Amino acid sequence: MRFIPALALAATVLLSGVSSVGAQEKLVNEIGNVTIEGNSKVDMFRPEKDQQTITRNFQKQPPLIPHSVKGYVITQNFNKCMDCHSKERAEETGATKVAKSHYLDREDKKQTNISPRRYFCQQCHVPQFDAKPLVENTYKPAAKKGAE
Amino acid sequence: MSLNKYIPSWVKRIGVVTVLLLFVAGIVFWGGFNWALEATNKESFCISCHEMQENVFKEYQNTIHYTNRTGVRATCPDCHVPKEWGPKMIRKVQASNEVLHKLLGTIDTPEKFNAKRAQLAQNEWRRMKANDSRECRNCHNYDYMDYTEQGNRAARMHPVAFDEGKTCIDCHKGIAHTLPQIDQHIGKRNEGAAEISHGEKPKEESK
Repeated sequence: MRFIPALALAATVLLSGVSSVGAQEKLVNEIGNVTIEGNSKVDMFRPEKDQQTITRNFQKQPPLIPHSVKGYVITQNFNKCMDCHSKERAEETGATKVAKSHYLDREDKKQTNISPRRYFCQQCHVPQFDAKPLVENTYKPAAKKGAE
Repeated sequence: MSLNKYIPSWVKRIGVVTVLLLFVAGIVFWGGFNWALEATNKESFCISCHEMQENVFKEYQNTIHYTNRTGVRATCPDCHVPKEWGPKMIRKVQASNEVLHKLLGTIDTPEKFNAKRAQLAQNEWRRMKANDSRECRNCHNYDYMDYTEQGNRAARMHPVAFDEGKTCIDCHKGIAHTLPQIDQHIGKRNEGAAEISHGEKPKEESK
Protein backbone atom coordinates (compact mmCIF):
# COMPACT_ATOMS: atom_id res chain seq x y z
CA MET A 1 0.00 0.00 0.00
CA ARG A 2 2.97 2.26 0.47
CA PHE A 3 3.73 2.62 -3.23
CA ILE A 4 0.27 3.98 -4.12
CA PRO A 5 1.24 7.63 -3.36
CA ALA A 6 4.37 7.06 -5.44
CA LEU A 7 2.21 5.78 -8.32
CA ALA A 8 -0.12 8.72 -7.98
CA LEU A 9 2.85 11.09 -8.03
CA ALA A 10 4.27 9.44 -11.14
CA ALA A 11 0.86 9.62 -12.80
CA THR A 12 0.46 13.34 -12.05
CA VAL A 13 3.98 14.06 -13.31
CA LEU A 14 3.21 12.19 -16.52
CA LEU A 15 -0.17 13.88 -16.94
CA SER A 16 1.20 17.37 -16.34
CA GLY A 17 3.94 16.62 -18.84
CA VAL A 18 1.33 15.66 -21.40
CA SER A 19 -0.84 18.70 -20.69
CA SER A 20 2.10 21.09 -20.88
CA VAL A 21 3.01 19.63 -24.27
CA GLY A 22 -0.58 20.19 -25.37
CA ALA A 23 -0.44 23.80 -24.19
CA GLN A 24 2.73 24.39 -26.16
CA GLU A 25 1.21 23.11 -29.36
CA LYS A 26 -1.87 25.25 -29.08
CA LEU A 27 -0.89 28.84 -28.50
CA VAL A 28 -4.15 30.65 -28.07
CA ASN A 29 -4.30 34.39 -28.48
CA GLU A 30 -6.59 36.90 -26.82
CA ILE A 31 -9.11 37.16 -29.64
CA GLY A 32 -10.25 33.60 -29.22
CA ASN A 33 -9.52 30.00 -29.96
CA VAL A 34 -7.19 30.73 -32.86
CA THR A 35 -3.61 29.57 -33.01
CA ILE A 36 -1.08 32.30 -33.54
CA GLU A 37 0.13 30.68 -36.77
CA GLY A 38 -3.40 30.63 -38.13
CA ASN A 39 -3.90 34.25 -37.21
CA SER A 40 -0.80 35.68 -38.80
CA LYS A 41 -1.81 35.20 -42.41
CA VAL A 42 -1.09 38.13 -44.65
CA ASP A 43 -4.65 38.33 -45.88
CA MET A 44 -6.34 38.31 -42.48
CA PHE A 45 -8.07 41.57 -43.32
CA ARG A 46 -10.81 40.86 -45.82
CA PRO A 47 -12.26 44.03 -47.37
CA GLU A 48 -16.04 44.20 -47.27
CA LYS A 49 -18.10 44.62 -50.41
CA ASP A 50 -19.98 47.85 -51.10
CA GLN A 51 -23.01 48.16 -48.85
CA GLN A 52 -25.58 50.55 -47.42
CA THR A 53 -24.19 53.09 -45.01
CA ILE A 54 -24.59 52.17 -41.34
CA THR A 55 -25.87 55.20 -39.39
CA ARG A 56 -23.48 56.79 -36.98
CA ASN A 57 -23.71 55.86 -33.29
CA PHE A 58 -22.84 59.19 -31.77
CA GLN A 59 -22.27 62.81 -32.67
CA LYS A 60 -18.94 63.64 -34.31
CA GLN A 61 -18.27 59.99 -35.01
CA PRO A 62 -16.03 59.78 -38.07
CA PRO A 63 -18.28 58.33 -40.79
CA LEU A 64 -17.60 54.71 -41.67
CA ILE A 65 -16.43 53.68 -45.14
CA PRO A 66 -19.36 51.96 -46.90
CA HIS A 67 -17.26 50.47 -49.70
CA SER A 68 -14.38 48.10 -50.28
CA VAL A 69 -10.95 49.62 -49.82
CA LYS A 70 -9.04 46.71 -51.29
CA GLY A 71 -5.85 47.90 -52.92
CA TYR A 72 -6.40 51.49 -51.80
CA VAL A 73 -3.18 52.84 -50.47
CA ILE A 74 -2.11 56.17 -49.05
CA THR A 75 1.53 56.94 -49.69
CA GLN A 76 3.50 60.15 -49.73
CA ASN A 77 3.09 60.14 -53.50
CA PHE A 78 -0.62 59.54 -53.74
CA ASN A 79 -3.70 59.45 -51.54
CA LYS A 80 -6.24 57.09 -53.10
CA CYS A 81 -9.12 58.35 -50.91
CA MET A 82 -8.59 61.93 -52.00
CA ASP A 83 -8.78 60.86 -55.63
CA CYS A 84 -12.56 60.88 -55.14
CA HIS A 85 -13.25 62.64 -51.84
CA SER A 86 -11.26 65.85 -52.35
CA LYS A 87 -13.36 68.94 -52.91
CA GLU A 88 -12.10 69.19 -56.50
CA ARG A 89 -13.18 65.64 -57.35
CA ALA A 90 -16.20 65.01 -55.12
CA GLU A 91 -18.78 66.54 -57.43
CA GLU A 92 -17.80 64.39 -60.39
CA THR A 93 -17.40 61.17 -58.45
CA GLY A 94 -20.44 61.59 -56.21
CA ALA A 95 -18.29 60.89 -53.17
CA THR A 96 -18.79 62.60 -49.82
CA LYS A 97 -16.71 65.74 -49.72
CA VAL A 98 -14.02 65.98 -47.05
CA ALA A 99 -15.49 67.94 -44.13
CA LYS A 100 -14.50 71.56 -43.52
CA SER A 101 -12.88 70.63 -40.20
CA HIS A 102 -10.21 68.78 -42.19
CA TYR A 103 -8.93 72.09 -43.54
CA LEU A 104 -8.00 73.40 -40.12
CA ASP A 105 -4.47 73.03 -38.89
CA ARG A 106 -3.73 72.42 -35.22
CA GLU A 107 -3.95 76.14 -34.45
CA ASP A 108 -7.47 76.05 -35.95
CA LYS A 109 -6.27 78.20 -38.81
CA LYS A 110 -8.01 77.53 -42.11
CA GLN A 111 -5.80 76.10 -44.87
CA THR A 112 -6.46 76.06 -48.59
CA ASN A 113 -5.90 72.30 -48.65
CA ILE A 114 -6.58 69.49 -46.21
CA SER A 115 -4.36 69.68 -43.21
CA PRO A 116 -1.41 67.27 -43.13
CA ARG A 117 -2.70 65.91 -39.80
CA ARG A 118 -5.77 64.65 -41.67
CA TYR A 119 -3.80 63.00 -44.48
CA PHE A 120 -4.11 59.42 -43.22
CA CYS A 121 -7.84 58.89 -43.65
CA GLN A 122 -8.01 55.45 -42.08
CA GLN A 123 -6.67 56.67 -38.77
CA CYS A 124 -10.26 57.73 -38.07
CA HIS A 125 -12.43 56.36 -40.88
CA VAL A 126 -12.65 52.58 -41.01
CA PRO A 127 -14.55 50.27 -43.36
CA GLN A 128 -17.90 49.44 -41.82
CA PHE A 129 -18.52 45.92 -40.65
CA ASP A 130 -21.47 44.46 -38.79
CA ALA A 131 -19.22 42.89 -36.17
CA LYS A 132 -20.57 41.45 -32.94
CA PRO A 133 -19.00 43.21 -29.94
CA LEU A 134 -16.23 41.13 -28.39
CA VAL A 135 -17.22 42.20 -24.88
CA GLU A 136 -20.53 43.47 -23.54
CA ASN A 137 -20.86 47.19 -23.98
CA THR A 138 -23.29 49.53 -22.26
CA TYR A 139 -22.17 52.67 -24.08
CA LYS A 140 -24.93 55.18 -24.81
CA PRO A 141 -24.44 58.33 -26.86
CA ALA A 142 -25.09 61.56 -24.93
CA ALA A 143 -27.19 62.96 -27.77
CA LYS A 144 -29.19 61.34 -30.52
CA LYS A 145 -27.95 61.42 -34.11
CA GLY A 146 -30.83 63.70 -35.17
CA ALA A 147 -29.48 66.50 -32.99
CA GLU A 148 -26.59 67.07 -35.34
CA MET B 1 6.86 11.08 -115.74
CA SER B 2 3.28 12.16 -116.28
CA LEU B 3 3.64 14.64 -113.37
CA ASN B 4 6.24 16.56 -115.35
CA LYS B 5 3.74 18.70 -117.21
CA TYR B 6 2.12 19.92 -113.95
CA ILE B 7 5.38 21.35 -112.60
CA PRO B 8 5.74 25.07 -113.42
CA SER B 9 8.74 26.08 -115.46
CA TRP B 10 10.36 28.21 -112.72
CA VAL B 11 10.43 25.16 -110.45
CA LYS B 12 12.16 23.16 -113.16
CA ARG B 13 14.71 25.92 -113.58
CA ILE B 14 15.86 25.96 -109.91
CA GLY B 15 15.07 22.33 -109.23
CA VAL B 16 12.33 20.58 -107.21
CA VAL B 17 14.69 19.76 -104.35
CA THR B 18 15.71 23.41 -103.96
CA VAL B 19 12.07 24.48 -103.83
CA LEU B 20 11.33 21.89 -101.15
CA LEU B 21 14.38 22.98 -99.14
CA LEU B 22 13.32 26.63 -99.41
CA PHE B 23 9.84 25.66 -98.20
CA VAL B 24 11.24 23.85 -95.17
CA ALA B 25 13.65 26.72 -94.48
CA GLY B 26 10.69 29.12 -94.54
CA ILE B 27 8.86 27.07 -91.94
CA VAL B 28 11.97 26.90 -89.75
CA PHE B 29 12.68 30.63 -89.98
CA TRP B 30 9.08 31.70 -89.44
CA GLY B 31 8.71 29.24 -86.57
CA GLY B 32 11.98 30.43 -85.07
CA PHE B 33 10.90 34.05 -85.41
CA ASN B 34 7.61 33.36 -83.66
CA TRP B 35 9.35 31.28 -81.05
CA ALA B 36 11.73 34.16 -80.27
CA LEU B 37 8.79 36.53 -80.18
CA GLU B 38 6.94 34.30 -77.74
CA ALA B 39 10.05 33.69 -75.62
CA THR B 40 10.48 37.44 -75.13
CA ASN B 41 6.79 37.73 -74.28
CA LYS B 42 6.84 35.85 -71.00
CA GLU B 43 6.74 37.06 -67.44
CA SER B 44 9.91 35.07 -66.74
CA PHE B 45 11.73 36.91 -69.54
CA CYS B 46 10.54 40.33 -68.33
CA ILE B 47 11.74 39.78 -64.78
CA SER B 48 15.07 38.37 -65.88
CA CYS B 49 16.17 42.03 -65.74
CA HIS B 50 16.58 43.18 -62.16
CA GLU B 51 15.19 46.59 -63.21
CA MET B 52 11.84 44.92 -63.69
CA GLN B 53 12.09 42.34 -60.96
CA GLU B 54 13.00 44.69 -58.14
CA ASN B 55 10.73 47.58 -58.99
CA VAL B 56 7.60 47.05 -61.02
CA PHE B 57 7.29 43.30 -60.48
CA LYS B 58 7.31 43.64 -56.69
CA GLU B 59 4.63 46.31 -56.82
CA TYR B 60 2.54 44.23 -59.17
CA GLN B 61 2.64 41.27 -56.76
CA ASN B 62 0.29 43.13 -54.41
CA THR B 63 -2.35 43.66 -57.04
CA ILE B 64 -5.34 41.72 -58.32
CA HIS B 65 -3.72 41.10 -61.69
CA TYR B 66 -1.00 39.02 -60.03
CA THR B 67 -3.02 37.03 -57.52
CA ASN B 68 -6.75 36.71 -57.13
CA ARG B 69 -9.64 34.43 -56.21
CA THR B 70 -9.78 32.42 -59.42
CA GLY B 71 -6.12 32.45 -60.45
CA VAL B 72 -6.77 34.05 -63.84
CA ARG B 73 -3.83 36.39 -64.28
CA ALA B 74 -2.68 39.22 -66.46
CA THR B 75 1.09 39.01 -66.73
CA CYS B 76 3.47 41.71 -68.03
CA PRO B 77 2.92 41.23 -71.80
CA ASP B 78 -0.87 41.00 -71.43
CA CYS B 79 -0.92 44.71 -70.62
CA HIS B 80 2.32 45.98 -72.14
CA VAL B 81 2.50 44.14 -75.50
CA PRO B 82 -0.37 44.30 -78.02
CA LYS B 83 -1.92 40.99 -79.11
CA GLU B 84 -2.47 41.97 -82.76
CA TRP B 85 0.41 41.27 -85.10
CA GLY B 86 1.02 44.76 -86.55
CA PRO B 87 0.96 46.75 -83.29
CA LYS B 88 2.93 43.94 -81.65
CA MET B 89 5.75 44.30 -84.21
CA ILE B 90 5.81 48.07 -83.70
CA ARG B 91 6.00 47.67 -79.92
CA LYS B 92 8.74 45.05 -80.24
CA VAL B 93 10.82 47.40 -82.39
CA GLN B 94 10.27 50.20 -79.87
CA ALA B 95 11.53 47.84 -77.17
CA SER B 96 15.01 48.07 -78.68
CA ASN B 97 15.16 51.47 -76.97
CA GLU B 98 14.62 49.65 -73.67
CA VAL B 99 17.55 47.35 -74.48
CA LEU B 100 19.71 50.44 -75.04
CA HIS B 101 18.75 51.90 -71.66
CA LYS B 102 19.33 48.51 -70.03
CA LEU B 103 22.90 48.67 -71.38
CA LEU B 104 23.27 52.31 -70.29
CA GLY B 105 21.94 51.40 -66.82
CA THR B 106 19.46 54.27 -66.85
CA ILE B 107 17.16 52.73 -64.22
CA ASP B 108 19.38 50.09 -62.64
CA THR B 109 18.74 51.10 -59.02
CA PRO B 110 15.40 51.70 -57.26
CA GLU B 111 16.48 55.32 -56.72
CA LYS B 112 17.13 55.86 -60.42
CA PHE B 113 13.89 54.07 -61.24
CA ASN B 114 11.83 56.23 -58.91
CA ALA B 115 13.44 59.37 -60.29
CA LYS B 116 12.22 58.32 -63.74
CA ARG B 117 8.90 56.90 -62.56
CA ALA B 118 6.78 59.90 -63.54
CA GLN B 119 8.15 59.87 -67.07
CA LEU B 120 7.82 56.10 -67.46
CA ALA B 121 4.27 56.13 -66.11
CA GLN B 122 3.25 58.96 -68.40
CA ASN B 123 4.61 57.07 -71.40
CA GLU B 124 2.36 54.14 -70.62
CA TRP B 125 -0.65 56.35 -69.86
CA ARG B 126 -0.17 58.13 -73.17
CA ARG B 127 0.13 54.84 -75.06
CA MET B 128 -3.00 53.41 -73.44
CA LYS B 129 -4.99 56.61 -73.94
CA ALA B 130 -3.99 56.69 -77.61
CA ASN B 131 -5.06 53.11 -78.31
CA ASP B 132 -8.28 53.33 -76.22
CA SER B 133 -6.84 50.97 -73.58
CA ARG B 134 -6.69 48.17 -76.12
CA GLU B 135 -4.71 45.82 -73.88
CA CYS B 136 -7.21 46.23 -71.02
CA ARG B 137 -10.07 45.50 -73.37
CA ASN B 138 -8.52 42.22 -74.50
CA CYS B 139 -10.08 40.91 -71.28
CA HIS B 140 -12.37 43.69 -69.99
CA ASN B 141 -15.03 44.19 -72.64
CA TYR B 142 -17.44 47.05 -71.90
CA ASP B 143 -20.30 45.38 -73.77
CA TYR B 144 -20.28 42.34 -71.53
CA MET B 145 -20.03 44.09 -68.16
CA ASP B 146 -22.81 43.03 -65.79
CA TYR B 147 -23.43 46.13 -63.70
CA THR B 148 -25.54 44.16 -61.21
CA GLU B 149 -22.43 42.20 -60.29
CA GLN B 150 -20.30 45.32 -59.88
CA GLY B 151 -19.90 47.33 -56.72
CA ASN B 152 -22.16 50.34 -56.15
CA ARG B 153 -19.56 52.84 -57.27
CA ALA B 154 -18.40 50.90 -60.33
CA ALA B 155 -21.98 50.30 -61.48
CA ARG B 156 -22.72 54.02 -61.17
CA MET B 157 -19.55 55.37 -62.75
CA HIS B 158 -18.94 52.95 -65.64
CA PRO B 159 -22.00 53.84 -67.79
CA VAL B 160 -21.38 57.55 -67.20
CA ALA B 161 -17.73 57.27 -68.18
CA PHE B 162 -18.48 55.22 -71.32
CA ASP B 163 -21.10 57.78 -72.39
CA GLU B 164 -18.48 60.50 -72.06
CA GLY B 165 -16.15 58.45 -74.24
CA LYS B 166 -13.63 57.76 -71.52
CA THR B 167 -11.25 54.85 -71.67
CA CYS B 168 -10.01 52.52 -68.91
CA ILE B 169 -6.73 54.30 -68.22
CA ASP B 170 -8.50 57.62 -67.64
CA CYS B 171 -9.61 56.45 -64.21
CA HIS B 172 -7.64 53.25 -63.54
CA LYS B 173 -4.12 54.57 -63.18
CA GLY B 174 -1.80 52.90 -60.72
CA ILE B 175 -3.76 49.67 -60.48
CA ALA B 176 -0.78 47.43 -61.20
CA HIS B 177 2.21 49.55 -60.20
CA THR B 178 2.95 52.25 -57.66
CA LEU B 179 2.04 55.72 -58.86
CA PRO B 180 4.68 58.41 -59.22
CA GLN B 181 4.34 61.51 -57.11
CA ILE B 182 0.99 63.04 -58.02
CA ASP B 183 -0.05 66.62 -57.40
CA GLN B 184 -3.38 66.23 -55.63
CA HIS B 185 -3.41 69.76 -54.24
CA ILE B 186 -2.85 68.46 -50.73
CA GLY B 187 -0.45 70.62 -48.80
CA LYS B 188 2.78 71.91 -50.29
CA ARG B 189 4.62 68.61 -50.62
CA ASN B 190 3.34 67.47 -53.97
CA GLU B 191 3.33 70.81 -55.71
CA GLY B 192 4.88 70.57 -59.13
CA ALA B 193 4.52 66.77 -59.25
CA ALA B 194 2.77 65.07 -62.14
CA GLU B 195 -0.91 65.84 -62.54
CA ILE B 196 -3.26 63.07 -63.50
CA SER B 197 -6.32 63.63 -65.59
CA HIS B 198 -9.45 61.54 -65.27
CA GLY B 199 -10.24 61.93 -68.93
CA GLU B 200 -11.81 65.34 -68.43
CA LYS B 201 -12.12 67.67 -71.34
CA PRO B 202 -9.48 70.38 -71.19
CA LYS B 203 -10.70 73.34 -69.15
CA GLU B 204 -11.85 76.24 -71.30
CA GLU B 205 -11.08 79.01 -68.84
CA SER B 206 -7.48 79.27 -67.80
CA LYS B 207 -6.61 80.26 -64.27
